Amino acid sequence: MDQHLLSIVLLTPLGGLLVLLLLPGNKNLIRIWANLAALAGFAVSLPLVFRFQTGLPGFQFEERFDWIPALGAHYHLGIDGISLLLVMLTTFMGVIAMLCSWSAIQDRVREYYAMFLLLQTGMIGVFLSLDFFLFYIFWELVLVPMYFIIGVWGGPRKLYAAIKFFLYTLAGSVLMLLGILSLYFQHFQQFGFYTFEISDLMKTGMPLHLQEWVFWAFFIGFAIKVPMFPFHTWLPDAHVEAPTAGSVILAAVLLKMGTYGFLRFSLPLLPQASGDRSIVQILAILSIVGIIYGALVCLMQKDWKKLVAYSSVSHLGFCTLGIFSMNPNGIAGSVLQQVNHGISTGMLFMVIGVIYERRHTREISEYGGLAHVMPKFAVIFAIAMLSSAGLPLLNGFVGEFTILQGAFEANRVWAAFAVTGVILGAAYLLWLYQRTILGQVTNGKNLTIPDMNFREVAMFVPLIAVAIWIGVYPKPFFDVLRQPVTEIVERVHPGYFNGSQPKPALAQAGTQAGGAR
Amino acid sequence: MIDSLYSTSDHFAIVPAIMLALFGCAILLFDFWVFPDPRQRKWLLIFVMVAEVFTGVGLVRQMHFIASGTLEAFNGSIIVDDFSIFFNWLFLIAAVIVSVVSYQYLENAGEHHGEYYSLILFAQCGMYFLATGADLVTLFIGLELMALSFYVMVGFLRSEKRSNEAAVKYLLLGAFSSGFLVYGFSVLYGIAGSTRLSDIVAAVASRPAWDPVVYLALITTSVGLLFKIAAAPFHMWAPDAYEGAPTTVTAYLSVASKAASFAFLLRLFYGQLAPFAPVREVWTPILAVIAVITMTVGNLAAINQSNIKRLLAYSSISHAGYMLLGVVAGNEIGIKGIEVYLMVYTFMNLGAFLVLVALRRQKIIGDEMDDISGLMKKSPGYAVLMLIFLISLAGIPPTAGFLGKYYIFWSLIQAHQYTLAVIATLYAAVAIYYYFRIVKSMFVSELKEKAPMATSFGMRVALTVSGVMTLVIGLYPEPFLKLAQSSLLR
Repeated sequence: MDQHLLSIVLLTPLGGLLVLLLLPGNKNLIRIWANLAALAGFAVSLPLVFRFQTGLPGFQFEERFDWIPALGAHYHLGIDGISLLLVMLTTFMGVIAMLCSWSAIQDRVREYYAMFLLLQTGMIGVFLSLDFFLFYIFWELVLVPMYFIIGVWGGPRKLYAAIKFFLYTLAGSVLMLLGILSLYFQHFQQFGFYTFEISDLMKTGMPLHLQEWVFWAFFIGFAIKVPMFPFHTWLPDAHVEAPTAGSVILAAVLLKMGTYGFLRFSLPLLPQASGDRSIVQILAILSIVGIIYGALVCLMQKDWKKLVAYSSVSHLGFCTLGIFSMNPNGIAGSVLQQVNHGISTGMLFMVIGVIYERRHTREISEYGGLAHVMPKFAVIFAIAMLSSAGLPLLNGFVGEFTILQGAFEANRVWAAFAVTGVILGAAYLLWLYQRTILGQVTNGKNLTIPDMNFREVAMFVPLIAVAIWIGVYPKPFFDVLRQPVTEIVERVHPGYFNGSQPKPALAQAGTQAGGAR
Repeated sequence: MIDSLYSTSDHFAIVPAIMLALFGCAILLFDFWVFPDPRQRKWLLIFVMVAEVFTGVGLVRQMHFIASGTLEAFNGSIIVDDFSIFFNWLFLIAAVIVSVVSYQYLENAGEHHGEYYSLILFAQCGMYFLATGADLVTLFIGLELMALSFYVMVGFLRSEKRSNEAAVKYLLLGAFSSGFLVYGFSVLYGIAGSTRLSDIVAAVASRPAWDPVVYLALITTSVGLLFKIAAAPFHMWAPDAYEGAPTTVTAYLSVASKAASFAFLLRLFYGQLAPFAPVREVWTPILAVIAVITMTVGNLAAINQSNIKRLLAYSSISHAGYMLLGVVAGNEIGIKGIEVYLMVYTFMNLGAFLVLVALRRQKIIGDEMDDISGLMKKSPGYAVLMLIFLISLAGIPPTAGFLGKYYIFWSLIQAHQYTLAVIATLYAAVAIYYYFRIVKSMFVSELKEKAPMATSFGMRVALTVSGVMTLVIGLYPEPFLKLAQSSLLR
């Protein structure tokens, strides 16, 4: 059982998909089955948490078969602390996303859930693969279902948004493929056999200039996915047009594939290029521009969903800044913030979904004083908003704090600029809350809308619970991350941990974050 | 005496071709002689199947006989090797699938005649000699046999203006290009004093580099070859011929004719017997430029097409550009890449055209973008299969099409042709746009044409086989890659 645990996690959604296709046409039956499949996906991933041994070096639960010997591709799965968190996030958000599609999707229900389960498989596969070829297959597999989710069940400009998403990400990933192939060929020249195995490719010694080329090829693929600043333009369109669950999954999991790519591939495979001062400088500046630009654009938005979409650009800027700080705090904070962003932005999109189902508009000016008619909604939105804004005791704070700490250690100027993003973040979110929830009801149409029902509240409860858990007691998360983060940092900066400059250890980051409340 | 003219190994080398030619002639005779009743035409289809079974048996026996060596016949004018057998299997698959679905299509189009089936076999016979020929005359005869059969088949819908126009255009331009080719051949003959490839390659190799005569032969021969694979700027015939021809013929033309022409091109450009292999430095930049132009024209022109057949015609032009890049890379991976590409292309492109074939019903042509819109609501099976084919054509894993592109990129990286690699990858993103216009039409647009699809048992089988192969090659490519590996041109 244990040896095949990861395959089971990977294939459960796919199995659910196959059964789904055979079910009779009753809509509710299909919905129930899809929700059960997602729940089963989450349930089979839970043993990972309990059996994962914190602090062991390398990967756990590994599975490895030859797949295409002619190309040197393997079916190789395995997880470390980073992928554990992201896989759990994926299966967890999968349940939530299924649940929040229940009443929103009335059309072509079977196809919708089928696409979602396929998407789920692709995303889990990305986080589990330890073979570059396998990774690439899953990476691309995600595109098609997402295209359909946006393009078929989306808003008025859905087709434009869907194809834009597809073209952008595909252009990035084919360039990344060239990078992979260069690395692959370089390895062949040195060792005389072709392989896509990450652990073998890591042994390849490459001249710095070649590493830099490959680094930029990877960068384009991953940065478009994240998205980092100049490549972010597909994101607002995709988010605004996608159905609620699509936005939730897009923000919560899909974007993390990019940051995960940096952590799993760019940094360990190309350590010299990633450690190069000028490259890091460029990337950090792009991240900071993303943070501030995203936040400023949020302040200007009239559309509720677009505002949250741009807030993603800003938050992901923090995640990449943490990665490129290249120290334990930065990277650990970044991974935690990726989880946090999934939870809090997921909640924000679900909040929008709830209100959109009632009023069918996302114009902020249409709302106001909702607290009077929808008290439960107001409370839940408040929690989601505060968790996104980084209020201490909630999850966002821990992640942002640790990232800023890492950035500060790397370069004080970066931290100084990045911290403005926190302030602006609080500004646009609180202002949004004020305009929509507080004050008097200005629009007569809002007087009659019903408050959230049981299902809607139920889908927020687990998210809020996790948000509070991370906010109050993040230590288990940092514990899981310590070993893989140490390995990455050691790889990029050999001798970092026994060098002359004292660096605060990770455990301290946890207690400091805890102490700051 | 007889023995030296026609030995057993000679016979062995052309048995498949003899089968094809014999059955082709038999169909012509039987059509008006034994089966005058139109309802008996299904027997002709059975004839085709029997012919293909015999051909297949011949190929299998050739495989065992040569055991990855080579078999020379007719004083070295025909060479049977793994390379030729590989290609002949592709032709066979294409011919079988196309004839199976043609029955219903021609009935619906009201132009069902027995000679169609013999033309399919004759064309395949020509392709056989393109893949096995090692002599200029053999190759040329093979090419003309194939081309003539296609000229007739393209114009098979006699009552349709588009079909006639397509046939005339294809014939005129095809004849023109054949002229160029023959001119190049005559120059090659002038250089070597022999039509055999092995003599020519020795003669060319002994000449100094940048020899103007070799250069002349190279240029004129290339023009003829590039025309056949529909590479820009010699692609003009393709969109019109593809659009006007009966869809089944378009499928056959786009897959088998292209594969045969690539086999021909590889015989002349790569390997020990290739006359132009010694002057690689001369043609590599030329073909690189041609490949880039071809991808540009194919991909950019496809974007705005409203006719799906025309769109697929431009897409097949761009695929030719990709495959040319494998020749440009000029390494083993590149040649393997072309073979893998053609193998997956056979299934995915045939599959895409088969769906269009099913859209042709009585009085409905069914090749406009509107005709396919809302297909998901009408027949989800067809829509999903078409989606698989289009994703594969676009080169997205886990479908087979990805492997073709993958090999081409790999060969370019290995040959250090980074610029070409970047251009090729970016055009892969452009291609998504137009393939997904079809997807959008099928899955998002409203249903406009309510008449049901023209399905038949043969159609369903053919489509299922193509779809399954497209997925299987994508998910478990190992045996297929091994096959390509063992069929490398030596």
